[in-house]
Amino acid sequence: MPADIFAKRRNDGLIFLAVVAFLTVGSVMITQYDVLKSFTSIYRALAWGSANFYPNAVSMKQLPDILYKLWETVLMSIAATTIAAVFAGLLALLGSRTIRVNSIFSVIVRGIASFFRNFPLVAWAMVLMLAFSQSQLTGYLALICGSLGFLTRAFIETIDEVGNNPVEALQATGASYIHVIFQAVLPSAMPMMISWLLFMIDTNIRDAILIGFLTGTGIGFSFDLYYKSFDYHTASLVTIFGAIAVIIVETISNSIRRVIMG
Amino acid sequence: MKIEEPEKIMFEGVACNEQITFDICGSGKPLNRETLVIRIFMLVLAGLTIYALFTLDYHKVDIPKAIVATLSNFKIIFTQPNTQRLSLWDAFIEVVMTLGLAFLTTLFSGLISLFLGLLAAQNLAPKQVTNIIKGVIAFIRAVPTILWVLIFAVAAGLGSTAAVIGLTFHSISYLAKAYAESFEDLDKSVIEALKASGANWWQIVFQAVIPSSATYLLSWTFLRFEINFANAIAMGAAAGAAGIGFDLFMASGFYFDLHEIGLVTYFILAFAIVMETIATNMKAKIA
Repeated sequence: MPADIFAKRRNDGLIFLAVVAFLTVGSVMITQYDVLKSFTSIYRALAWGSANFYPNAVSMKQLPDILYKLWETVLMSIAATTIAAVFAGLLALLGSRTIRVNSIFSVIVRGIASFFRNFPLVAWAMVLMLAFSQSQLTGYLALICGSLGFLTRAFIETIDEVGNNPVEALQATGASYIHVIFQAVLPSAMPMMISWLLFMIDTNIRDAILIGFLTGTGIGFSFDLYYKSFDYHTASLVTIFGAIAVIIVETISNSIRRVIMG
Repeated sequence: MKIEEPEKIMFEGVACNEQITFDICGSGKPLNRETLVIRIFMLVLAGLTIYALFTLDYHKVDIPKAIVATLSNFKIIFTQPNTQRLSLWDAFIEVVMTLGLAFLTTLFSGLISLFLGLLAAQNLAPKQVTNIIKGVIAFIRAVPTILWVLIFAVAAGLGSTAAVIGLTFHSISYLAKAYAESFEDLDKSVIEALKASGANWWQIVFQAVIPSSATYLLSWTFLRFEINFANAIAMGAAAGAAGIGFDLFMASGFYFDLHEIGLVTYFILAFAIVMETIATNMKAKIA
């Protein structure tokens, strides 16, 4: 009965639209979102931006300092991701289905990964700051904790995708656990694991800027200071060079990915 | 070690259904390009990490003491969550408010990305247009969300309006790319068949492109909703936008109230884990 199918499709569409409309009105009311102001403020932001948000000659004097802070932030995200990846790799070897030591470890590891991933990054930064104070170390630890959950999960899935075949083939030749990991699992999972690592470095540069706002370190804090002292020219310089840094890192990681993924 | 086996074993890779060769012996063969790049990359990473750890400004932090303090802080957070300034109901409303911010962001960016995605899909738009759109998207994605929110906060004032616009910007850059890739997956012959029957661009889009990729679009949108929820919390803390993130920031940055951090954390974790479960089911559909 084609007529019924069309009627059902129309009804489903209407129900979907009604639910979206209901949620939209509810969200607008509870967040006190000003619909009219949002449209006018986009225009005002553009007008303000073109009048104030560009680097001028005075702000260029801050460039060496900004570049140094930016380098620190990029370095922080790379180092934190690498350290997190080492731990995530160990956890993933314990937790993956293919080569797990036993099923209890697997459940525990997945639980740890889920906790680390869902515990908000902001909360990591704020709680760690209570003990580690306003230092770079806080940012490092927050990034490591934030990346650990995601990387563990991604690594477990990658190792599971390799499948049982290479592991069984090696076990049949009498290879030990260590040999199986280093000769079968890691070589075949490595390209995908590095791809996830690169993705995490990209994400962490942006997150490092965010954490800088909260912990008072790095390029995020510089932006915060310039922004709050109404020095918008220098703040725009930070924005532009931050974006350039992210694009450079993204380009490098894309080209590495192209080579290793074939 | 030496294994007296054939140098290479071939088998089916599950991930990509292609034949992959594995170098079981490791040494004894010239390195291919992939292995070389992987090794250089790992060496560079290790070098940069060691350099970073040596040049790190430790600020005279007593590390063992700080670790012990952090662990005891976590013990208080997870074992003694309590309501002092913030009642249970208030905390619930604040989380719902954060969900509201995430929903509005996802809705606006979904609608805008639908059009940008159509213009960025290579099978639907001319090459010059897709290149321009992809360039703009790449730039928007490179600037962190927090900077977008603060830039719009100058014009709109701190609060939910600036937060939603700023979050929307970053969300568009993600969704437009994901949507465009879903559209590009559409079989060429479908578009050609519709073109041959005299359908115009809009008819092709609404009769073929969007219906056939609707499942993917919804899944990507929900995945982004999950990310937007996390971002909305971060914006509350770092940019003073509304919602649970601001309470978290006040509880830890101003009142140093670990019990309240515990309460807020439990609420966020509960919502995040529910959404993660839904997202995992949806991810299975994409893959």
